Amino acid sequence: MPITKGSVANRETWTAATRVLVAAASLTLFACVGSGPRDHVELRFWGMGREGEVVGQMIPEFERLHPGIKVRVQQMPWTAAHEKLLTSFVGEATPDVAQLGNTWVPEFEAIGALAPLGGHVRASAVVDSADYFRGIWDTNVVNDTLFGIPWYVDTRLVFYRKDLFAAAGVAEPPRTWSAWRDAMRKVQRTGKAKWGILLPTNEWAQPVALSLQAGSPILAQGGRYGAFSDSAFARAFHFYVSLYRDSIAPTVSASEISNLYQEFARGTFASFISGPWQIGELKNRLPDSLQGAWAAMPLPAPDGQPYPGLSLAGGSSVVMFAGSEHKREAWQLIEFLSEPAQQAKFARLTGDLPARESAWKLAKLDSSAAMVAFLEQLRHVAPTPKVPEWENIATKVFETGERVVRGRVSEKDALAQLDAEVNAMLEKRRWLLARR
Amino acid sequence: MAARPPLTRRTDYDRERTVEYEVVRLEPASAQSRAAWIFLAPALGLIAIFFLVPVAASLVLSLTDFDIYAVASLHNARFVGLGNYVRLFHDPIFWKALGNTFYFALVGGPLTVAVSLGAALLLDAKMVRWKGFFRTIYFAPFVTTLVAVAIVWKYLYHPQYGLLNWALAKVGVHPIDWLGDPHWAMPAIIVMAVWKNFGYNMLIFVAALQSVPEELYEAAELDGAGPVARFWHITLPMLGPALAFVGVVTMIGYFQLFAEPYVMTAGGPLRATTSVVLYMYEEGFRWWRMGFAASIAFVLFVIIAGATLVQRRFGAGAGEHA
Repeated sequence: MPITKGSVANRETWTAATRVLVAAASLTLFACVGSGPRDHVELRFWGMGREGEVVGQMIPEFERLHPGIKVRVQQMPWTAAHEKLLTSFVGEATPDVAQLGNTWVPEFEAIGALAPLGGHVRASAVVDSADYFRGIWDTNVVNDTLFGIPWYVDTRLVFYRKDLFAAAGVAEPPRTWSAWRDAMRKVQRTGKAKWGILLPTNEWAQPVALSLQAGSPILAQGGRYGAFSDSAFARAFHFYVSLYRDSIAPTVSASEISNLYQEFARGTFASFISGPWQIGELKNRLPDSLQGAWAAMPLPAPDGQPYPGLSLAGGSSVVMFAGSEHKREAWQLIEFLSEPAQQAKFARLTGDLPARESAWKLAKLDSSAAMVAFLEQLRHVAPTPKVPEWENIATKVFETGERVVRGRVSEKDALAQLDAEVNAMLEKRRWLLARR
Repeated sequence: MAARPPLTRRTDYDRERTVEYEVVRLEPASAQSRAAWIFLAPALGLIAIFFLVPVAASLVLSLTDFDIYAVASLHNARFVGLGNYVRLFHDPIFWKALGNTFYFALVGGPLTVAVSLGAALLLDAKMVRWKGFFRTIYFAPFVTTLVAVAIVWKYLYHPQYGLLNWALAKVGVHPIDWLGDPHWAMPAIIVMAVWKNFGYNMLIFVAALQSVPEELYEAAELDGAGPVARFWHITLPMLGPALAFVGVVTMIGYFQLFAEPYVMTAGGPLRATTSVVLYMYEEGFRWWRMGFAASIAFVLFVIIAGATLVQRRFGAGAGEHA
């Protein structure tokens, strides 16, 4: 049912109420801290979703190794995490250490919530940046300063029906855009798959990954203006849109796919682009007869560029908050979670991909073919523009794609409009940068 | 001891009868009124803290460009006067959302009232058995969680395997991509909303129908009035107040369309189902542009207040028949 007036008002009321409560709670905490000396330091760690649940199993060992430190873990759902973290910052009740989606790092850096970590890393014997995937590490560097240590990683690549591609005469994964398109056409021509690929019209990851591959900076002049009309972005955008125009991909949004696995098994589409969690899902949900029939491959590259093409540098980082009063202990916790052995254990517990290559070897993750594809892709990832407005800009990218795919506007006009919209959105950022 | 206040005799012309009112004079400094204020204080205080202050704050907010940067430091917020409102009125997405909201309210609202009235009339019919059973069934959607309902309706609307397209195919209609086609998405949302919400209004109508005196129908029947004439000249006028109430409540609710598109389509495709509240939610709580979102909230407030005034005038007209 439509929400009532009451619930809208409640929402506002609650935000105000939360501030009052948070203020009261911090006063109480302050009073407690002042009441007497303690024999140990208490660290507060916030984790999200499954990771927040599992990290509790790793803390006892940390506490055993560091007798003076106690860690209080708080788990929050992903859907509430962003708001909770922002509210905690406003209420000056941020945790010492937290898990943060690495695309959120620029936003929390912009409000001054995070503590720089470069000095800690230089002095550390554990955290060695050379052992991390370079593109992923880079997502944590804002304005040349490091604000997070990668915890687990995530990227997008192609899951495809090996059997259908082989039946169409495509034995090897295509390495270029044109070979990729030809392969999908061939599969469609056999009649065994209705569509070559599923590209939901409401997902930004696909067009953005393609534009990174084509060498687009996406934003220009230090994130002050959009660079969507530039030739690199336009080239990628044209390729993306042509997949719909040539009926290789269906014009559907993700919310219209009621059961991805059923459709994939039926051959409604021969491939789709997604993340590492699909390995487990496909193993569980596809019928036994199809278990040998699917595979994962890195993204093909634009013609004339080295294979594989770039994909998105996703995942979560561990960050330290600027408001922490126990930065030394907080760093010890971050260091502990970054040890290759702990990374490997964490990967076993969660199924997430570790951020360090040495942990991949320890956890023997490079044994399955699908994982090898991910490993190869992770060595070729790039961050999205590091501005707080990024997520909003990303939704504008897929909305623009959708308008073109549905024939509402020409490619050129659409990209000019996108530039205008994004430039308007970045006005505040330009004003702030000019004032600095 | 103070004398009892005098009773005043007045005629209530509407009802053509004379009643006696007790007039209580409030003496400003009396202990009585002080006591009243003390008793009212907690409630008034709560209203002030949790309603008046936030409303005033959001009005001020709507005159600034408060956003994620301003969370870091208030120096990053600028006073923009009516800038947010100007931007809003030049914003194609806002006009699209406003159009969608009116579409939903003006088509879905009357449709919901009509369906609930129809269901109430069916339930009120003398030959119907198991009235309690049907009443429960019709009311059930209203108390079911929307998210669960949305999942089921997504299956019903599925272009390939949906029950709806299967039924349409039987009569030779080509499959329709209900939630994926910008033209069909809003009708699909309206149908679901009508189904979900008519039960509540229906119960109000059932209660109102039961209070219509049976003699009126008997007299009309003796005068030779058929079922249609009885409906137009007895049932409908007698339902006047109930209709006005249901109309206002439904309209206010429907102008705040949010949850259905939020769970079914996320405002798509091509923003065909983005409502004003959904747009406000996105701007405020997703992108954290609180200043801009607050200006949307105030525009919505003015629209709902206006629509309610229109309805009340209409409702007052309908009430005179009763």
